[in-house]
Amino acid sequence: MSLAGLWPPLPRTVHPGAWWLWSLGLATAASRTTNPILLVMILTVCGYVVVRRRGDAPWALAFRMYLYLAGFIVTMRVVFRIVFGGGQGDIILFTLPEIPLPEWAAGIRLFGAVAVEQVLGGFYDGLRLATMVVCVGAANALANPKRMLKALPGALYEIGTAVVVALTVAPQLVESVIRVRRARRLRAGGQKGLRALRGILIPVLEDALNRSLALAAAMASHGYGRTGRVPRGTRLLTGSLVVTGLLGVCAGLYGVMDASTPPYMRAPMLLAGLAVATTGFVIGGKRVRRSRYRPDRWRPGEFTVAASGLATGALMYLTTRVDPANLYPSLNPLTWPEVGLLPAAAILVGVLPAWLAPPPDLTQGIAEPTAREVPA
Amino acid sequence: MIRFENVTFFHTDAQRPVLAEVDLHIPEGELCLVTGRTGAGKSTLLGAVNGLVPRFTGGTLLGRVTVDGQSTADHPPQEFAELVGVVGQDPLAGFVTDTVEDELAYGMEQLGMAPEVMRKRVEETLDLLGIAELRRRALRTLSGGQQQRVAIGSVLTSHPKVLVLDEPTSALDPTAAEDVLAAIIRLVHDLGTTVLVAEHRVERVLQYADRLVHLDGDGRVRHGEPAALIAGSDIAPPVVRLGRLAGWEPPPLSVRDARRRAAGLRERLTDREPAPLPAVAGESRLTAERVSVAYGQIMAVRAVDLDLRAGEVVALMGRNGSGKSSLLWALQGSGPRRSGSVDVAGTDPGKASAKAARALVGLVPQTAADLIYLDTVEAECRQGDTESAVAPGTCRALLDTLAPGIPGDRHPRDLSEGQKLALVLAVQLSSAPGVVLLDEPTRGLDYHAKQRFTETVRAQAAAGRAVVVATHDVEFVAGAADRVIVMAEGEIVADGPTAEVVVSSPAFAPQVAKVLAPLPWLTVEQIAGALSGQEAPA
Repeated sequence: MSLAGLWPPLPRTVHPGAWWLWSLGLATAASRTTNPILLVMILTVCGYVVVRRRGDAPWALAFRMYLYLAGFIVTMRVVFRIVFGGGQGDIILFTLPEIPLPEWAAGIRLFGAVAVEQVLGGFYDGLRLATMVVCVGAANALANPKRMLKALPGALYEIGTAVVVALTVAPQLVESVIRVRRARRLRAGGQKGLRALRGILIPVLEDALNRSLALAAAMASHGYGRTGRVPRGTRLLTGSLVVTGLLGVCAGLYGVMDASTPPYMRAPMLLAGLAVATTGFVIGGKRVRRSRYRPDRWRPGEFTVAASGLATGALMYLTTRVDPANLYPSLNPLTWPEVGLLPAAAILVGVLPAWLAPPPDLTQGIAEPTAREVPA
Repeated sequence: MIRFENVTFFHTDAQRPVLAEVDLHIPEGELCLVTGRTGAGKSTLLGAVNGLVPRFTGGTLLGRVTVDGQSTADHPPQEFAELVGVVGQDPLAGFVTDTVEDELAYGMEQLGMAPEVMRKRVEETLDLLGIAELRRRALRTLSGGQQQRVAIGSVLTSHPKVLVLDEPTSALDPTAAEDVLAAIIRLVHDLGTTVLVAEHRVERVLQYADRLVHLDGDGRVRHGEPAALIAGSDIAPPVVRLGRLAGWEPPPLSVRDARRRAAGLRERLTDREPAPLPAVAGESRLTAERVSVAYGQIMAVRAVDLDLRAGEVVALMGRNGSGKSSLLWALQGSGPRRSGSVDVAGTDPGKASAKAARALVGLVPQTAADLIYLDTVEAECRQGDTESAVAPGTCRALLDTLAPGIPGDRHPRDLSEGQKLALVLAVQLSSAPGVVLLDEPTRGLDYHAKQRFTETVRAQAAAGRAVVVATHDVEFVAGAADRVIVMAEGEIVADGPTAEVVVSSPAFAPQVAKVLAPLPWLTVEQIAGALSGQEAPA
């Protein structure tokens, strides 16, 4: 049986695109609800999958930062509601002294009575945004952002290279500034303001310029830009097709996610954008005489990961059509949020990659087999 | 393989050509060493091979350069990627990607090679250069020697017929330089690659070269057998000068050649002693106790005790990353110091203001150009006077003793490496510090500039200063230093008179010491001094 070769999956890096699709699916699901129970479920799913399937690279350890950011977002929303949004709701928790504002600021209230509805409204809203941020953070932790650039279609190769170069140059610039500032201290120039700035800027800029010239020469002698023989017209055509197409895709995605956009801005826009971008990629791809070293391929593992995330998004979308009642729990009258079967199942589909995705290939040290992974 | 036909090259607006009517043919499989003084056009010659000169540098190239029959006039450098691999002076500046494996594959990706071929070649190259264990490391975290080997690997994967290397070992410690050279020699021997290499440190490469190309500095190029050409050359390494002194014909090119012929010379020298260096005055200028430097969790310098005395030149040696720079910066007071104390004339420069610290200890950092930022030499000197609060003209006078004849209206960036170093040194010396620290000053200096710099350093010591020079250059150390300190992992592992420390270590021994071991001779000048007036060299 062919499944025998597929299971259990060997440790390897999963195509970053798969993780991004998965996380976008979850983010779409999160954007469709303010039900705190569902949102916490999505957060748990993200966290669990990240813990089970992330590698040991620096970007994988940055997930914590996204959690802090999420906590900050929720707190800020609640604080803002307490400071500005007073007066809505009947169940008063406590009353803060209100700060009287002049006539022209009518409509804005500072402090005053704080109602449960008001605080909860801020909490639900903040939690929804925070969950979407955490979804993006999960994708970042699970997929190497630079490998994502490598997976760009051939027609976007130049843009990808530019981004990679920019990402490496930034820390180098910071390094130069530190080095030159240290050196300035050796001369004890004692200048202030513009003159001191000049003393730092000139060596740093010169350094940056020399480096970029050296890099350009190195890239040219490595054969970068050998496609120069393609007619200029073709290059322009591919470029504009791809960029227009991607803009269309963005607009279409926005339309699909936001319920209030007119219908023609949703699926049709998305499809048209995809079509234009694909045409660009195909024309562009024909002229590319370049290959990829150890490319990430789409294998069953990738399809499983992407499908589970997209299924979550799609099922949630379906819920908004058939049973939207519980997605936006009522604040007025205040009710306890309830969870329907369909949205709960939708979110649980998203946790499947925690077992079905191939485990990460650790770079440092060999992972010890743990007791629970040894078959009983 | 490489053919220069009547090649002349002018920089834009230059009166004098950098290369004048160069005719040169380098057959396949040769290792060709390009020598010449700084600014003689070595980099121009190398850049012309794949067309980076003039396409990236500007200027006018007359004549014709062809590699394997393909002319640089008809094809851009990109089309030479399969033929010529170029490795620049600073490997880090030429890296496009960020990990070792990706960097090795980058060139092949551009050439559109099949994935299976790429995979195979990356593995082969990792093994060929001995960097397999580094494959997933980030390029920035590698040491200088490792970076240089990755840079060579990144061009080797496309299997070029010609490899062009611009000063591949100038920034490396002796051991790392050996590793890189061993990799290059292996390519020449096993793969038949034609290698064109420019190097200031001629002594490192000369013995392996099949051909020497010497740039005279006036645009003319002489080339031929290394032994024939080096005999009369002004950039001869110590072993050749020793051969000249002893009258060996043809001159020896390697330590091994020389050692086989040196039996007679060793015998003549047995009952003689090298002239002692000027005695060290002895007054203590700087005392450091248990100085430690840490960056986060990483210890760069570990509880170092140090005593520097007036009139002595101390060479600070050790592999890249052994804590030499961190120690110098900590001693000067501008760098971080975790613990320990430094005492210069009763004051701790780390606790003094930048101005006061500068008057106690002067430091010339590794990238000396960081200190220069004004438009003219004159302006830099004036600024130096103001900063040191000394009489106007002090800095300029110092500069004139260090490197006479630099026009005041010259832009500092247009100076040669040696002149630039002199300018920075003059600025730092204008505050008359009792201790002078120099971090890798000899990098990029040719033999002549190095000779001048040796004299400068000795003069500073004779004026009662304590001088510390961090360097990888063993020949410079042999000629200039009284005392050598070797650092490893932030600790001092050896500290003593130059002859004692250097002769006992195979990595740090200068060529003359290797030839005459176990006798304690370090430089050709010492031997010339001992032999002169007693008997003519036979």
